[in-house]
Amino acid sequence: MDLSFTARNVLAGAAILGTVGGVLGCFTLLRRQSLLGDALAHAALPGVCLAFLLTGSKEPLPLFAGALVAGLAGSFAVLATVRWSRIKEDSAIGIVLSVFFGVGIVLLTHIQKLPAGNQSGLDRFLFGQAATLVERDVQLMAIVATVVLVLVVLAWKELGILAFDREFAASLGLPVRRVEALLTVLLVTVVVLGLQTVGVVLIVATLVTPAAAARQWTERLGTMVVISAAIGAGSGVVGALASASIPRLPTGPVIVLVASAMLVVSLLAAPERGLLQAWRRERHASRTIRRENLLKDLYRAGESPGGGAGRWEAPVAVHELMGERGRGPGELARLARGLAGDGLLDRSGDRLRLTPRGVAAAGDVVRRHRLWEVYLSRRLELAADHLHRDAEAMEHALTPEAAAELDRMLGHPRFDPHGQPIPRGGEEPGGADAADPDSSRPAP
Amino acid sequence: MSSATGSPVEAATAAAAEPESEPAPRRDEVAIEVHDLTVAYRTQPVLWDVDLALPAGHLIAIVGPNGAGKSTLLKAILGLVKPLTGWVEVFGRPYRERRSWVGYVPQRESVDWDFPTSALDVVTMGLYGRVGWLRRPRREHRETARECLEKVGIPHLAERQISQLSGGQQQRVFLARALAQDARLYLMDEPFAGVDATTERAILALLEELRDTGRTVVAVHHDLQTVAEYFDHVVLLNLRKVADGPVTTTFTSENLQRTYGGKLTVLTQAAETLLAQRAARGGNG
Amino acid sequence: MSPTLVILLTGSAVAASCALVGSFLVLRRMALLGDAISHAVLPGIVLAFLFTGGRSALPMVLGAGALGLATVFLVELFNRSRRLKEDASIGVVFPALFSFGVLLISRRASQVDLDLDCVLYGEIAYAPWDLLLVGAASLGPKALWVNGATLAVNLLLVILLYKELKVTTFDPELAAALGFAPVLVHYLLMGAVSVTVVGAFESVGAILVVAMLVVPPATAHLLTERLGPMLVLAVALGVASALGGYAVARWLDASIAGAMAAVAGALFVAALVASPRHGLAARALTQHRLRERIAAQILLLHLSGEAPGQVVGRPGVGEGTGPAGTEAGLAEAPRPEAGSAAATRDASGRVPAPGAPPLPAETVRRRFGWSEPRLRRMVGRLARQGLVERRNGHLVLTAAGAAAVEGAGTAQLAHPLAAATPRA
Repeated sequence: MDLSFTARNVLAGAAILGTVGGVLGCFTLLRRQSLLGDALAHAALPGVCLAFLLTGSKEPLPLFAGALVAGLAGSFAVLATVRWSRIKEDSAIGIVLSVFFGVGIVLLTHIQKLPAGNQSGLDRFLFGQAATLVERDVQLMAIVATVVLVLVVLAWKELGILAFDREFAASLGLPVRRVEALLTVLLVTVVVLGLQTVGVVLIVATLVTPAAAARQWTERLGTMVVISAAIGAGSGVVGALASASIPRLPTGPVIVLVASAMLVVSLLAAPERGLLQAWRRERHASRTIRRENLLKDLYRAGESPGGGAGRWEAPVAVHELMGERGRGPGELARLARGLAGDGLLDRSGDRLRLTPRGVAAAGDVVRRHRLWEVYLSRRLELAADHLHRDAEAMEHALTPEAAAELDRMLGHPRFDPHGQPIPRGGEEPGGADAADPDSSRPAP
Repeated sequence: MSSATGSPVEAATAAAAEPESEPAPRRDEVAIEVHDLTVAYRTQPVLWDVDLALPAGHLIAIVGPNGAGKSTLLKAILGLVKPLTGWVEVFGRPYRERRSWVGYVPQRESVDWDFPTSALDVVTMGLYGRVGWLRRPRREHRETARECLEKVGIPHLAERQISQLSGGQQQRVFLARALAQDARLYLMDEPFAGVDATTERAILALLEELRDTGRTVVAVHHDLQTVAEYFDHVVLLNLRKVADGPVTTTFTSENLQRTYGGKLTVLTQAAETLLAQRAARGGNG
Repeated sequence: MSPTLVILLTGSAVAASCALVGSFLVLRRMALLGDAISHAVLPGIVLAFLFTGGRSALPMVLGAGALGLATVFLVELFNRSRRLKEDASIGVVFPALFSFGVLLISRRASQVDLDLDCVLYGEIAYAPWDLLLVGAASLGPKALWVNGATLAVNLLLVILLYKELKVTTFDPELAAALGFAPVLVHYLLMGAVSVTVVGAFESVGAILVVAMLVVPPATAHLLTERLGPMLVLAVALGVASALGGYAVARWLDASIAGAMAAVAGALFVAALVASPRHGLAARALTQHRLRERIAAQILLLHLSGEAPGQVVGRPGVGEGTGPAGTEAGLAEAPRPEAGSAAATRDASGRVPAPGAPPLPAETVRRRFGWSEPRLRRMVGRLARQGLVERRNGHLVLTAAGAAAVEGAGTAQLAHPLAAATPRA
């Protein structure tokens, strides 16, 4: 790709920032301090202005130093206010953020009106004009970022245990205060690093958003940090490229929007924690329950009252199955269609009849229900009238293995506590899994 | 490694080879000495002039109503809170010098179990003091951690993410982490809270094994009905120390009344019954 | 109306309406939700611009209100999905919405007459010249109208729903049980915050709205215990910040809105340090005094020989040591000789308490884990009160000291909680 010199600087800067932001963001996210970064970014403004007033220089290094000192002061102010007064953390962060920023604005506008003052150099430090990044800025960023990453790698174990269990870490003799101070210094450094690229308001997103997205994909801190850095760097690169190739597209906001889009995708589509997966699991579970309930009702309708062999040849009218469980005709028809499609049910008009395979599958559900009732009545000595509701839930949750184990443990009981026979499982083809819509479909 | 060839804890002891390692403490040694300990949070005293000398090699329960200062006592022993008056010694020295002798099991609710880490990683944290700061745990440390998980009966859950564990399993992970510390003195904040009956029995068996290998366990305990059954020494605490001593002589309804006020008649009766049963069995476990 | 008066009135209206709703944000620990809303309304304002092609007030209020509520809704959605904690939910939502707003402004710069710097830190100095026009007639400065209207709305809200806001703030569960619909009240409040933010947006900018929303209410929270006075105080502090800020800005020739935030911050720091009940100074002093009193009580108790577990050596382990202490450790201390009562009587007529044996100061010091100066200070104070005497490196309880332990002090010593409770 053909990139201008400026665009290459912006690209490099955004990638560097995304990487370190993503790494440190993981620790602040896990310590529930996501918004501290926001406060630190705003708190840096008066530092930049004071550094300029004191040195009269717009070189990055003194301004960087000023921002660092002010950011640390802001972080200390938050901690001190929370620790020593009744003000809660959210208010303390809000106060530091807005008051430091207000003071910064006063200084900035004051400088602007000084004879020597032309605030444009300071301005870009705060409101994020990535296009003003020059090679020297990028070099400085690279050096600082390397130092930050090396420190994180060195103190990896300490940062991890501090985030997970501070008190235990202290009991082991870890100097928790000092490690926390180190983390704060690193955080302020990254925030200051990001000011020029994405600006004061959006810096918080370079910390939180990649980390929040990465959290969805993994259950290991190391992997999370790597993914987070990748998402941060990736959104930085995409944002920089987009704003270089499309006119009037500011870099910072595009970076944040790309990262936010990745977060949304992660929240929805991550394999374990993803919401889509969770919804699918939930729907599948509820469908299985409804199918199994219908099978069970049909099975019961054919059982002979005396406990002898059941007869399931006679069809059952749909209206007889309504009422109980609050099923409407529409839902019954849908369930019956599904079960018929799996070969468990014959439908003729509004009359339903279990096929032999259906009888086996339904018997299995009933068997799990009644085994659980036996277990409850024997182990917990519950009265017979307390058993049914609990068993209603457990029959769907018991796996075939667990049911077999339960059967063995209870000594293969033949009757449930109400005196009804417990169907023997596993004799008919289809058996235990037949009620599962996904596994019962024959291979084409 | 199987439990038949010797306990992992002992193996870990050998691996640790602490320079300060000494033979297992004698039964009559004092594990924790607390002198005139007064602790105040802001303006409220939470511990008032507490004196204690807890014997080594026992299972010791700290019992008292909510807000009685039980957890604070543990934290003061660990040097996590600064006392107003008094001092604490662990095996005759300040805690700082005895850190490697002490294992700590915080309350299960004190951490965020949604943290992205595995059971094995949490147990490995118990070895951090031995790994050394700024160093990485090596394979031998992971092996030790694995043995500790085996010891608490959940070796198959080593790679499991901790939020996917049940309450009882999470408590076992915390215990395994403490085992990994291979301490002589274990301080546990409600190790039986919110665990199922099976886990409760397993934890008890573990504590008894620790005691039988010469370790001292001090646990904050809430369930008065099981104090007499599980522990052999008890500290009754309600801001002040009400009493301490062997369960058989100290865990009396009179002392419980003084600890809890008149609120617990049913429970104290239950405790009496249990004590009577124990006396009838003729032993203190 | 003079420009100065317009600026002062507008600033005061912004401060007052922010303080009213901000007080509830602070008490509900949702200050950062206010921060989030104040940024997230930007796309709402821009969209209103684009749709109406101008800066009429009503569409802007509607657009911003919708985006404010959307922010609250999204944060709660993420939070409830249990995939993100609350702080992270806030931290990912508002930058995304703000970015969207900035992007809209940049892409449609020709259509949107909004300056990004103004968005961030506002420019109240222009307020007098932006007039509300109806037809050809001018009704006066627009910012004054808009912020006056939000102030009226917020006042109405707080007056009409005072009870509901109060209950849902302090005990949402009780409120739900009483049928107060906490969710509805929550969204009403957040709607009010959004509307307030839009009004204030152009005058003081997104970030300084946060100052007005959070700082004066937090300051008031340090100064009073009750909700009613807190609201009044928050409004007063907000207005004072606005007026003071204007003066400072004139003096420094700097941003008025920034100066308002700075003055609000100065007032907060003053309250933080000097508030009679919750200030750092008062707190430190009370805390120090009470802690010293607890320590003194324990020292006296030990000198009286009544303290439990008066043991210097190691006690017999495994014995049930009840509350009655042994006197094992006291054997080392020289007891006053029977015949020398006259010799120990000092000039002031203080008599050592009978049965209160002297304890070596060094023993006491070591046992309490105190430094030498600490013990010296404590004993010095107790000696001045005539409760303790120092004799040959030993500490002796005087009769007055014994009486303090026995008599007047007994209640306190027996109930240390009662003694240490600061409330009279």
